[in-house]
Amino acid sequence: MENNFDKQIKALARMLSAFFGLLLVLVGGLFYLKEHPNAFEKNSVPEPLPVALTKEDYDKVEDGIHIATGFVDDTHMQLVVQNCTSCHSAKLVTQNRMSEAGWTATIKWMQETQNLWDLGPNEEKIIAYLAKNYAPNQKGRRQNLSDIEWYELK
Amino acid sequence: MDRRHFTARLTLAGMATALGAPIVFAHKLPKDYLPLALQDNDPFTLFTKDKEMVVLNDRPWNMEAKAHLLNDRITPNKYMFIRNNGRIPETIDTNTWTLTVDGESAVGTKTYSLKDLKTKFKHHTYQLTLECGGNGRSEFNPPAKGNQWTVGAVSCANWTGIRLSDVLKDVGVKADAVYIGYHAADTHLSGDPKKEPISRGVPLAKAMQEETLLAFKMNGEDIPLAHGHPLRLVCGGWPASTSGKWLNGISIRNQVHDGAKMGGSSYRVPCETVSPGSKVDEKDMCIIESMPVKSLLTYPKSGALLKKGKNLNINGHAWAGELAVSKVSYSIDFGSTWQECQLEAPANRLAWQHFNATIAFPKKGYYEIWAQATDSNGIAQPMVLPGWNPKGYLNNACHRIAVKVV
Repeated sequence: MENNFDKQIKALARMLSAFFGLLLVLVGGLFYLKEHPNAFEKNSVPEPLPVALTKEDYDKVEDGIHIATGFVDDTHMQLVVQNCTSCHSAKLVTQNRMSEAGWTATIKWMQETQNLWDLGPNEEKIIAYLAKNYAPNQKGRRQNLSDIEWYELK
Repeated sequence: MDRRHFTARLTLAGMATALGAPIVFAHKLPKDYLPLALQDNDPFTLFTKDKEMVVLNDRPWNMEAKAHLLNDRITPNKYMFIRNNGRIPETIDTNTWTLTVDGESAVGTKTYSLKDLKTKFKHHTYQLTLECGGNGRSEFNPPAKGNQWTVGAVSCANWTGIRLSDVLKDVGVKADAVYIGYHAADTHLSGDPKKEPISRGVPLAKAMQEETLLAFKMNGEDIPLAHGHPLRLVCGGWPASTSGKWLNGISIRNQVHDGAKMGGSSYRVPCETVSPGSKVDEKDMCIIESMPVKSLLTYPKSGALLKKGKNLNINGHAWAGELAVSKVSYSIDFGSTWQECQLEAPANRLAWQHFNATIAFPKKGYYEIWAQATDSNGIAQPMVLPGWNPKGYLNNACHRIAVKVV
């Protein structure tokens, strides 16, 4: 009889621990799902974790170019990074060449149609930076071919 | 494509620490947006593109080919340019995807599932030339605003789908219809859900052409994500921006469609030619329709060193928007003399045409091979830049490659 009671207690303890174990997995799983809502989707592409940049890496400048963004390192560059790269890539800025009037018109167009915010007193500084570092150069009606990589044709 | 993974672990403060600077207007950042410096997506893997493709812009994604990468007769995905105006849709479920046709000039509003479209209408395949209206923009002087495409924003793949005209007829088109406009699932860069990044269209006549497709396959496979999976409008020979990707709506309009990037200077050129750098009033700008005649030397790659006495085989493609190409010539003396290339007929209307020639060089030296195509109306490509326009569209100047005979 006593022996049987012992067995029953042990069985109950096993059941309870199994139950708590399951509960733990379930609750843990729910927390995981909350963080990863697509865990059950077959086609969810795992994205690489961003490599955390140290401040030193971020500030790196080579040949006058701010490596992390590709911008020319000059006065007010940080203002440009902060205001001009939250919707689009820095590349959309750095591949363009415009006069002061051109950059001003582009900013106005973005404010009117693309949800760019009011830049306040920074607008002047941003335009000065852009007009200085991304000014047009005279290309004429047709340029010479450049950056030719010569190779032997077999 | 889901960034929630990322941002779940990154607070604004964390981002600011990593950036080494506070984020001004942080409250205006789209909620799932990651500042540029923290993004590390490899577009070549993401979109299965060749490593030699050139990324012009990574938000939104814009990528172009180089001339020699476009040597295939039918452009494979890995060499196809990407031109996006907004953000690629994050979740695409082909089981629930629908296309709704509506508009002032639609007899009624009708919604089709993908399965409806695939089973109710006859399938057709055409090889269709798609060129970005701004291809060649980088050469304009004074420079024009936008992605600085060189020569590689053109492709000619096989597209399989159903005729847009079949669907329009199924819905019913009223007599006053003049235009169709598309709507799609991509989202605006600013994150504003009320804004469409792009919603363009074509006149009804173009929409009713037999080659104008609602496509679900590209080169025999499901359309790749970056090119409009699972449904794309394809209007061959017209600026590729009329070929709406991730399509979920078509409006039959009784006026010229007025969606995003139909107005202002977008995909428009001065109705009358202007001097370079002119300011042009919006009312004096006309919508680009058919693309102009153009050609591309795809072999050899520019920069070939050739032994004296050896002949050089060249080849490439030529296209002319709505028209056919009637002639392609090449010059090795900067246009002083021209020789005619062999030119093939297109696989179908609106497909590019292949050309080739064999060149014997008279002596050692630096040469440029220039190619010039002429369309079926007798209009040829200019050797210099064509008429300047504020946004730098329609640069169809002759393509050239460098060769040295040594």
